[in-house]
Amino acid sequence: MGRMDRMSGNEAVAYAMKQINPDVMGAFPITPSTEIPQYFAKYIADGEVDTEFVPVESEHSAMSTCIGASAAGARAITATSSAGLAFMWEMLYVAASSRLPIVMAVVNRALTGPININNDHSDSMGCRDTGWIQIYAENNQEVYDNYIQAMPIAEACRLPIMICQDGFITSHAVENIELVATDKVRTFVGKYEPEHSLLKEGERLAVGPYGVSPYYMEIKKAQAEAMKSARDHILEVADQFHDMTGRKYGMIERYRMNHAELAVVVIGSSAGTGKAAVDKLRDMGIAAGLVKVRVFRPFPKEELIRQLRGTYAVAVMDKCEGFSGQGGPLFAETRSAMYDVPGRPQMINFVYGLGGRDVTVDTFIEIFTELQKIAETGEPGEIYRHIGVREE
Amino acid sequence: MVKAKDINEQSPWQALTPGAEIYEPATSKLVKTGEWRVLTPFFDNTKCKQCMLCVPFCPDASIPVEDGKRGETDLDYCKGCGICAKVCPFGAITMGKEER
Amino acid sequence: MAYSLKEELNKKYRFTPGHRLCAGCGAGAAVQGVLRALDEGDRAVVGNATSCLEVSTFIYPNTSYEDSYIHSAFENAAATMGGVETAYNVLKKKGKVNENFKFIVFGGDGGTYDIGLQSLSGAMERGHDLVYVCYDNEAYMNTGIQRSSATPRFADATTSPVGSESYGKRQNKKDLTEIIAAHNVPYAAQTTMLGDFRDLHEKAHKAIYTEGPCFLNVLSPCPRGWQYNMEDMAEICKLAVETCAWPLYEIVDGEWHLSYEPAEKLPIERFLEKQGRFKHMFKKDNEWMIEEAQKYVDSKWEKLKSKCK
Repeated sequence: MGRMDRMSGNEAVAYAMKQINPDVMGAFPITPSTEIPQYFAKYIADGEVDTEFVPVESEHSAMSTCIGASAAGARAITATSSAGLAFMWEMLYVAASSRLPIVMAVVNRALTGPININNDHSDSMGCRDTGWIQIYAENNQEVYDNYIQAMPIAEACRLPIMICQDGFITSHAVENIELVATDKVRTFVGKYEPEHSLLKEGERLAVGPYGVSPYYMEIKKAQAEAMKSARDHILEVADQFHDMTGRKYGMIERYRMNHAELAVVVIGSSAGTGKAAVDKLRDMGIAAGLVKVRVFRPFPKEELIRQLRGTYAVAVMDKCEGFSGQGGPLFAETRSAMYDVPGRPQMINFVYGLGGRDVTVDTFIEIFTELQKIAETGEPGEIYRHIGVREE
Repeated sequence: MVKAKDINEQSPWQALTPGAEIYEPATSKLVKTGEWRVLTPFFDNTKCKQCMLCVPFCPDASIPVEDGKRGETDLDYCKGCGICAKVCPFGAITMGKEER
Repeated sequence: MAYSLKEELNKKYRFTPGHRLCAGCGAGAAVQGVLRALDEGDRAVVGNATSCLEVSTFIYPNTSYEDSYIHSAFENAAATMGGVETAYNVLKKKGKVNENFKFIVFGGDGGTYDIGLQSLSGAMERGHDLVYVCYDNEAYMNTGIQRSSATPRFADATTSPVGSESYGKRQNKKDLTEIIAAHNVPYAAQTTMLGDFRDLHEKAHKAIYTEGPCFLNVLSPCPRGWQYNMEDMAEICKLAVETCAWPLYEIVDGEWHLSYEPAEKLPIERFLEKQGRFKHMFKKDNEWMIEEAQKYVDSKWEKLKSKCK
């Protein structure tokens, strides 16, 4: 059993970074991820890591720095949120298409309009098409564990990875977590020996060409295949992590899904609240269950099908808008995954928690009550719903 | 290691390099830009004083230099811009139509 | 050691043919010249902003460089190379890299004066050991000759075209070399392709081998955008310098040094009349344009001389 310590989500991520001791960090502050580069800068200042910190003048330059460093053969990391992630949007595509295993800690915060510093998933959902592996955490233990697994996953796939946690809820709340011993972490992540790099002795590397139409689609197809096979690497690394710590991780987490008739699908810290609601309902004899999506990219299609196929009514919860007019991104992709399943359940969408709007056990009870009605009548009613918003 | 010469516009995706990287230097030499030419530089060795002033002005690095002497323009790549002819103080280069 | 063109030309070309730059492109000569300033045996990583140079010199799978090369996007070449340089420092300390590397970034005036200004300023301020070379062809050439802040006043460009209500670009050329000098970098210079390339070579060598963030601004004529006959590149550069439209100078640790003062300063017309982008200035009733242009060149030249030792 590892050492216990009390840490906020940001502290835990910074601590994991310290244990891993990467080569280069290029970061720009933005609430609520700011503490991560701050803690890390202190580690550097005190000589506790060999990492060089590049205090870039913008998030776009932060990702550019990571791309340059990674192409040069170094382990490169950064951290950001919200508008910062949005600002580096262009470069996220470049990092992924150049197949660079950059690791980014994302502390989820609502995108501006109006400006808001609290949690929702609009930032990381907004870049779901960039080709990055996306893994979400429910709590401090998970973000710490996910961060340690990040580099081995990214380096095995040659794809960049973002490790997400809910802003303020996870990043700033202090929890007791079990740490992995530093020497174990170092062995777990191993050494980074890329096959090619700009600085490799006796070799040359050219990165970032102009790819004309006869080539572009083939390059993208290769990227798409890499994302598909990322699933295998994610599960393999999770197995190794389990061997090291006894903590089990997969593409999703199922909570009391045995013989569940009603289920919610949710990402992030709200899953904890959801689990409390599920317990209450089960105590009342209601067959409620919860599926927490841990890995959103690549999309856990098989796992969701396996968990949801036996249910009657499912509420997929989106902590962001997609403005499609027919539901959020998690809903769209889950529903699409379930389309070919015979006898598939009724599925509706709840957009919730935007801009840090509070989510409570009662919120979930309300949702499950709706699901009960739907299961009884077979009528889904309105498919695309909001919950927690004041209406006349 | 995938080589640039084995990559072409009919290559399947599996035959390309990950991330569109290239692992060799100077693979541009596979492209013969000499085909672009309208006018061709004619080099008169007898007039050339080997001052070398033409060499650095060539945007296509097509004037070879060996043992301190400039040789014949590399017509595989020369685009016929005529800068070398203008720069030469001795009239050793003239631009003209080439018989192909 | 005194500069000898013949000596330098014994080196293997680091910039190789087969690229798709236009015939007569000034940038091609500039890049060839700068890379020649590297000492033999030194390795380089060449960085590039999206630009004419980038799309012409690294089209998959063809690269025109003997050295490693990285392009990531348009406005961030300096930041990207900052990452490479930082990785180099770390990896060298760890003993994973043992060779001597120099870091040279090329960007056009678009990716340097305008959209790339933020990341260039950041990299200069942070003090990365690299050299940023701007090949200034005075417009966004790659996308079709749109005006940049480096376009001289009165020039015809596709987003500042000459018309019945417009005389071309309204603003004077931004002085980027001065802006970079204000970052207190150890070395910054203006140069172009002249004669035996001594000015360009010596400045490139200084920029590459001075420790810290260095900057080189190379005037790179564009036959297409400036509308002159492609074979006249050398003359265009010479006229830019002899009219003082493009003064040659360097700033070494904050001290300004003039590299060249023309014995006979030519009137700006001599530079303008060779280029179609200025031809409207020679129409009747447009004399005031040439007067204004001359006044501006003169005032900049006087200000520069007063700064120089």
